[in-house]
Amino acid sequence: MTETGLQDLVRGSLDHCVKCTICETACPVSNVTPLFPGPKYVGPQAERFRVGDEPSVEWSVDYCSGCGICTQVCPQEVKIAEINAHARGKLKRQEGVPLRDRIITRPTVLGRLGTPVAPVANLALRLRPARILAEKLLSVHRDAPVPKFAGHRFSRWARKRTSPKSERRIVYFHGCGTEYYEPWEGQKVVAVLEHNGYEVEVPKQDCCGLPLQSSGLFDDARKVVLRLARALAPYVRDGNTIIVGNATSCTLMLKREAREILGLEDDPDLKLVSERTYDICELLDELHDRGELRTDFQPVPETIAYHAPCQQQGHWIGKPALELFRLIPELEVREMTARCCGIAGTYGLKAEKYEIAMDVGRPLFEQVGASGATTVACDSETCRWQITHATDRPSVHPIDLLHRAYGL
Amino acid sequence: MRGELHFDVVVIGVGTAGLTAGTRLAEGGARVCVVAKGVGSTHLAPGTIDVLGYGPDRVEQPARALQELIAAQPEHPYSLLGAERVEEALEWFRATAAGGPFEGYTYLGGLDRNHLLPTAVGVLRPSALIPETMAAGDGESRVCVVGTPPLRDFHASLCAANLFQAGVPARSVQLKVEGQRADANALGLARTFDDAQRRAAFCADLSLHLRGEDRVGLPAVLGLDDPHGVWRDLEHRLGRPVFEIPTLPPSVPGMRLFEILRSAFRRAGGRLVLGSEVVAAERSDARVTAVRARAAGGEMRYVAPWIVLASGGFASGAIELDSRWVTSDRVLGLPLHGVPEAGQPRFVEPYLGDHPMARAGVAVDGELRAEGCENVLVVGASLPGAEPWREGSGEGIALASGFRAAEVVLSSERAAAEAPA
Repeated sequence: MTETGLQDLVRGSLDHCVKCTICETACPVSNVTPLFPGPKYVGPQAERFRVGDEPSVEWSVDYCSGCGICTQVCPQEVKIAEINAHARGKLKRQEGVPLRDRIITRPTVLGRLGTPVAPVANLALRLRPARILAEKLLSVHRDAPVPKFAGHRFSRWARKRTSPKSERRIVYFHGCGTEYYEPWEGQKVVAVLEHNGYEVEVPKQDCCGLPLQSSGLFDDARKVVLRLARALAPYVRDGNTIIVGNATSCTLMLKREAREILGLEDDPDLKLVSERTYDICELLDELHDRGELRTDFQPVPETIAYHAPCQQQGHWIGKPALELFRLIPELEVREMTARCCGIAGTYGLKAEKYEIAMDVGRPLFEQVGASGATTVACDSETCRWQITHATDRPSVHPIDLLHRAYGL
Repeated sequence: MRGELHFDVVVIGVGTAGLTAGTRLAEGGARVCVVAKGVGSTHLAPGTIDVLGYGPDRVEQPARALQELIAAQPEHPYSLLGAERVEEALEWFRATAAGGPFEGYTYLGGLDRNHLLPTAVGVLRPSALIPETMAAGDGESRVCVVGTPPLRDFHASLCAANLFQAGVPARSVQLKVEGQRADANALGLARTFDDAQRRAAFCADLSLHLRGEDRVGLPAVLGLDDPHGVWRDLEHRLGRPVFEIPTLPPSVPGMRLFEILRSAFRRAGGRLVLGSEVVAAERSDARVTAVRARAAGGEMRYVAPWIVLASGGFASGAIELDSRWVTSDRVLGLPLHGVPEAGQPRFVEPYLGDHPMARAGVAVDGELRAEGCENVLVVGASLPGAEPWREGSGEGIALASGFRAAEVVLSSERAAAEAPA
């Protein structure tokens, strides 16, 4: 399918909109700010006024956080979030891209620069004057949650070791969050997979392009995601091996968003990678369904809150993490029902959007506060950083709890 | 194809019927997964449980009218279900709502008599089981209907004028809500009313405009977090009964109804997959063995010995009438019943008339089993034989059929377990 063909498919879905407003009931952003009039208005309605190469007349689409909940709840299969993403891409081409958006959307560059000088970089990122300066120069909000560089890369650790040989091979896509900021999460993923009899292979890999895509830098995003697809595809051509990732927004990018939003439906490598990529909890849940997951779990006598991030919900598989938590003895889980933490990747870092993001997340932060939970489990790293920033509660990937319960 | 998951029952659709069936099944110990492409009709409907409003004249006592309907229309869903089941389902729902996520927010009424509640245009509409926040709408004493400019589709003056015509002494007041955006919908206003301070300011302002009215009617925006608390607070501050009047979508009481059922389903241990459209069914003889649903990166296969079809009728797109006049069940491809024969009238002249086509649905037997498919049970608006929007019967059918489907599955499983090997 050509790029235009696919975009027509996305755009064409707007004719299915019956203006029922169900997307508006679910939109986390329009419910807290008048700057974003809502997915129905900005999506299927305003799209009718966006004609070919003519300049866009509607700017509020830039306040869409791209969480994708509108598409998920739409009973008429309108690709609302995807329409909005296209509109934002067009707007950015028309209006130009701020320097900030060119910087914060490149986790690989930031990670490579920050890792060797981690102590200094981490200090600078927490120095008030430096943050005020960054806000003035780059419009990155002074209070926005920024992660700490770990100072060592996950891939270094992975390269130094060999996974025990096994019939069942699996490819691990760790993403940038694990690579530069939370390498220990990756080590836990590997340990849990090996405990379940997998031989884990960690190919050389890079960013999935999601931050670029969600800021409307489509051309750059295409290059980046295709580079990743080329790197991963050779490992799964045997028709048997699968790819698993713990960064749920990055696995969603590979599975669906790059194909739908960036118009890459035709790329054979991306298609293959898309079909063979699993979210880690999705995989373990399916293993359990088949009776292949080890369940030698020790009790974890704790109360935790679980928040399923919007991007995890975009996999359209329910909440497999909750099914896995049920297997852990004595673990009390409070399912959060508030929809979104607000951060949406890089949205909540932006000076003009930070307050909106915090308002979006407030119901969730209040639920976490009232839950009596000591820890928050959540599948997406940027959401975890935002939740910890707002609630002062530690947050972990669900795999963390499984790792603990296995006693690894 | 991605992977597959196994359940005891897969329910397709997340409206009132699907969630009722799913919750009852999970409460009965079944492993249930509800798969739906999006949120259902709850968010668009008034949030009341209408059992039988017109038959075709306005119904005062649903229990009696139900008996008459069952006697006169053997193909109607209520005739398959029986009045007792409707009663049981309502009983269950009342208890579920009372024990639900909104503290103190209860549903009132039953089959004895219909409440007469004002619509947004001031017509009195019959409903059997209603949120407590609407109850004071039923009455003949003096009413002040309050509108607010941002809610452009709620015209307090029109509502009051029509109520007056219907014999209810009514007048209207138009009032600003502080800090409200210019084009708010009901949901935006509900968030405002959740805020105690802004609510207090609104009440102080409104008190100055009230005269000797016995009741105050407001659009249904009295909060999403704590509707009982918000409603009580308003009654306290205004010193008289307050009631909600359903608005155009989004429907705040409808969202509460969804949340009551969704949280009951989750509490009972059910699994919910939202955003995933069922695109194919795998069949083996007279059974559907699995359904395939869209997921990111491919299709998921949901395998279960029982399927509950709660995908809705024409309005949800689950049943389709195409440009060649072919009707079909787009979800599982099951045979339909009630489709007018070629040459017979499909539609009638008045727009809101009794259209023969409207009674089409998935063909079932007396136990809601789909024709030719013994393990698929059909519920809610997927059923043939009814015209809910004319009868005022949608939620009653949804609740009772969802309730019944769960009963059929659980009793069949019990019988199979007890049968000698």
